[in-house]
Amino acid sequence: MTERFDWLPDFIAQLKKENVLVQEDVAQTLVPARLFVVDVEDWGALAHQAALAGLRWCAVWGEDRGEQLQISACFERRGDYLIARTEVNIRTPVLPSQTPYYAAADRPGRHLQDMFGVVFGDHPDTRRWTRHNAWSDGEFPLRKGFDPAGEPPAETPPHSDYRFMLAQGAGVYEIPVGPIHAGIIEPGHFRFQAVGETVLNLEERLGYVHKGIEKIAEGRDPAGLARLAGRVSGDTTVAHAWAACMAMERAAGIAVPARALALRAVLAERERIINHVWDVAMICNDVSYAFGFYQFSRLREDWLRLNRTLFGHRLMMDRIIPGGVNIDIDAQQIGALRAQGDALSRELDELLPILADNASLQDRLVSTGVLSVELAARFGCVGYVGRASGQDFDVRRDAAYAPYDGLDITVPVLTAGDVAARMQVRVEEIRVSLRLQAQLLGSLPAGELCAAWRTPAPDSEGVGIIDGWRGEIISYVRFDSEGRIARYFPRDPSWLIWPALEKLIRGNIVPDFPVCNKSVNGSYSGQDL
Amino acid sequence: MLKQLHKIWKTGVITEPLAHNEQRVLEEIGAQLKDAVGRRFRGSLAIRAVDAGSCNGCELEIHALNNAYYNLERFGIHFVASPRHADMLLVTGPVSRHMQAALQRAWQATPDPKLVIAVGECGANGGEFGISYASCGAVSNVIPVDGVIRGCPPAPLDLLRGILEAINAP
Repeated sequence: MTERFDWLPDFIAQLKKENVLVQEDVAQTLVPARLFVVDVEDWGALAHQAALAGLRWCAVWGEDRGEQLQISACFERRGDYLIARTEVNIRTPVLPSQTPYYAAADRPGRHLQDMFGVVFGDHPDTRRWTRHNAWSDGEFPLRKGFDPAGEPPAETPPHSDYRFMLAQGAGVYEIPVGPIHAGIIEPGHFRFQAVGETVLNLEERLGYVHKGIEKIAEGRDPAGLARLAGRVSGDTTVAHAWAACMAMERAAGIAVPARALALRAVLAERERIINHVWDVAMICNDVSYAFGFYQFSRLREDWLRLNRTLFGHRLMMDRIIPGGVNIDIDAQQIGALRAQGDALSRELDELLPILADNASLQDRLVSTGVLSVELAARFGCVGYVGRASGQDFDVRRDAAYAPYDGLDITVPVLTAGDVAARMQVRVEEIRVSLRLQAQLLGSLPAGELCAAWRTPAPDSEGVGIIDGWRGEIISYVRFDSEGRIARYFPRDPSWLIWPALEKLIRGNIVPDFPVCNKSVNGSYSGQDL
Repeated sequence: MLKQLHKIWKTGVITEPLAHNEQRVLEEIGAQLKDAVGRRFRGSLAIRAVDAGSCNGCELEIHALNNAYYNLERFGIHFVASPRHADMLLVTGPVSRHMQAALQRAWQATPDPKLVIAVGECGANGGEFGISYASCGAVSNVIPVDGVIRGCPPAPLDLLRGILEAINAP
């Protein structure tokens, strides 16, 4: 095991050599991340050097600090997080872009532009992203002066003049899809350029389910923020609530009891299992393999029902609260959970060989929607999308937080990068999560379920970083002078995997889009906020 | 292939046997639903689900109606891909302002007579998100609503009950 941040001195030396001046923040308020302050002129150069040094770009968020807009960007290497921070004058908020060095920074940068009015001198794409027509150019919802009610038109017209990339030539045609899709799924727009059945290019236009989460978080009490976080993306309710609570607890200096941490992990592993089982079902469904769909959706329902019986909610919403959890399990219930884990294990032993032996299923999944290892690295893909394309990273193992720091986490990594690989990673992760659930239940610490809340000092901040079922979640929280939320930013992994879909669909046939899309399964709500 | 057939045989029909009291409730609601769908929709009720801004939690539970336990289609109810094929819109909320026009168009595209059910706390009253610069709140703030199914999210049985109430309403 190498020392934490052992790469950092070399990186700092490299920055010095390139005349990029950074200063380690004295207070270090965002532990376990290391916080550095950088001059605004060096914002782009810092990203350039970070890219050269092999850091992964994770997130950027802003905050209205009165006279200044404070911008924070998060990078990761070998499980160590570095947060760079700069300030720009709110009247002239011009910022160098990090997108020329990191493709992943593109849409998050445009989100800053739409929400704060940050102006990028050298951003390769200045089209709006989160803003459609609910607020006007020149209004910036995340500035403090902006009333949460806004001044929206009585009827918000669709943003119909977004300039999509065009393709021209004999036989080239365009397919617009959405925002309302054919299935029971979230809304967003896809614009395909195609020749015959072959996709030349896909461009996503999201933002349709933007519901002002960051803005309406302001002024909430900690319990209210946990509830809101649990609805950033309904399928990730446990993980987002955990990340938000972790950020708040770090800001307030609250130690969560060991039993509560173990129970949080049980819920999180169950959430991972349930979503992966469901994705396997839906991948089968999208290639019309009814057997797989009905078998795996049956298993999912079994798990949802036990959730309801033991935790009072099928999706386990609102069970993680600031300071701990509001559920508990006794010996008999532990037995029920373990029995269900064993039963799923046996079902997988039976079902997976059937799926593997089915030539017509494998024919649709193997070599479909390939995301190369190089592209996955360039886009900083996390979760099963990254792991199926060689990105060997899992927060639970590489930046372990309690209770995972005491557990042995196996991370399945493949390099084929196709739909089959993304399904295989999910299947192997289910196996890992089943083992983790058994281990957690076998060594559940006794003790309290929730630590008493303590109002944090004015202006306290904290960051929560965990591995949700889709991959890394980063949540930032700052408190105001009365212990209420001044700023909340949840970085769902979907920000980092949606762009990959545009690349991996190229050269595939249009009818394979649904299964490619499902194999990525980005959250619309989690990215639109 | 043999293994697959064996697994199907071994799994059996799971549609009826439900846990304890849920079983009776589902059978009861199911029988009433089938009867109402038969009477009022000639045995076939076509639903178009529209996510107008939800967190996706409600969609997960609407999906569950199609699993083998609930097996919604046995009551004559099925989900369709176009509002033009639909008798009923099942709309989850809150209605984001960016989805306002799309929802109105989907509603206009649904042939009369049509029923609209607002699903979930957010669809019913804006829920955790309320009304803001980005959210219109309840579905009824954007299109006429005939019924409401509350819950965050409503469980599959709540959805079935709500659909039954809406089609039985005078």
